[in-house]
Amino acid sequence: MRKSVFIASVMVTAVMGLGGIQPKHNGIIASAQEKTASTAEVKIDNFSFGPAAITIQVGTTVTWINRDDIPHTVVSTEKVFKSKVLDTDEKFSYTFTKPGEYPYFCSIHPKMTGKVVVQ
Amino acid sequence: MTGKTKDEILHDHNRDGVDRRGFLKCMAWAGTGALCVMQGGVLKSYSMSRLSEMNAAELKGELSFVQISDSHMGFNKAANPDVAATLQAAVDKINALSTPPEFLLHTGDISHLSKPEEFDGVSQILKGATAKDVFFVPGEHDVLNDDGKEYFERFGKGAQPGGWHSFEKKGVHFVGLVNVMNLKAGGLGTLGHEQLEWLEKDVMHLKSSTPIVVFAHIPLWTVYPEWGWGTEDSAQALAYLKKFGSVTVLNGHIHQTMQKVEGNVTFHTACSTAFPQPKPGEAPSPGPMKVPAEQLRSLLGITDVNYIRGQHALAVVDSTLG
Repeated sequence: MRKSVFIASVMVTAVMGLGGIQPKHNGIIASAQEKTASTAEVKIDNFSFGPAAITIQVGTTVTWINRDDIPHTVVSTEKVFKSKVLDTDEKFSYTFTKPGEYPYFCSIHPKMTGKVVVQ
Repeated sequence: MTGKTKDEILHDHNRDGVDRRGFLKCMAWAGTGALCVMQGGVLKSYSMSRLSEMNAAELKGELSFVQISDSHMGFNKAANPDVAATLQAAVDKINALSTPPEFLLHTGDISHLSKPEEFDGVSQILKGATAKDVFFVPGEHDVLNDDGKEYFERFGKGAQPGGWHSFEKKGVHFVGLVNVMNLKAGGLGTLGHEQLEWLEKDVMHLKSSTPIVVFAHIPLWTVYPEWGWGTEDSAQALAYLKKFGSVTVLNGHIHQTMQKVEGNVTFHTACSTAFPQPKPGEAPSPGPMKVPAEQLRSLLGITDVNYIRGQHALAVVDSTLG
């Protein structure tokens, strides 16, 4: 039923639709009704977010995964999103629906900071 | 082995009771434990391996208490899969001290994930200590959910709403501070305006000869800002303590012993009872240090503190579990 649609972006991988918006420049033919959703992943490792800055298209869902032995959080500096505490291998996802810059940090280890740029 | 029976400060250029060589020796002994005795304003430091050569009366004071820290109950990774056993070992060590401590201080990270069962586990093990009173301050791991509701319900009784508190024991004024709440992006530990105001009032009317012990989770001196090992507004707190002749600051958080003397203030961090962390900058991150099982207990420990009245003396003794 659903077809995946590739969005030309280095940071973003295309997956099966999870909700999202119409791509403006889909390289693969998709019908008007089909929705696309893209995802991106940020790895938490060695007390840092990798990549620390990520650029995505509107509608992309970013998933953070904690690969450390120590719990971390993902908290928007401007209170747009806030994860619960992520223990080892736990994940948190947030779908960005508006363009802009979203700085965030780990509220347990505030030296850990990152940024999502939504285009 | 011949040589000196004890190491003493040889140069004291700043008249602060410590010289660079003495400081470095304290650092070097961190793994095996160091004893630092402040007597008459002069810091004397001794290697733990030489304690047996010392007169026990030298170490005996009017007030004895023990600091434990960073139990991380609930942690179960390779660095230490059984943190309950090592906390129990710490309690056994405390109960075996020749001078029984009157009470315990726990400088935070009681739990790993702020879970009720983790707090319960620690309380249960600490019930086995002969010292019945335990005074707590929270670590960042204790206040992960609901602004620390679980912690404050259990351990915040008698404290100010923000969790900070003070009490007197045999003429020594103890202040427990909270520097793990409302942390700001990119920042260090923080005390906040309200707590600083309270601290100013709390110590304002004390005589300057009153010995002060301040305990908090994150170090109140800048150990290594790159890893967040410091407190943004600690300078303001220390300014309120300037008039006092003897101030001892006890912290946890960094899972290793470290000591620094600045004027009348002695800063000291305690070992964890759960797992060691690397020395500042010596690893990519401050994550748990994995060491061979047989080495683990030599990197965990407790801190025994003795106050000797009339001598401005607080003797801080670190000892390892293994």
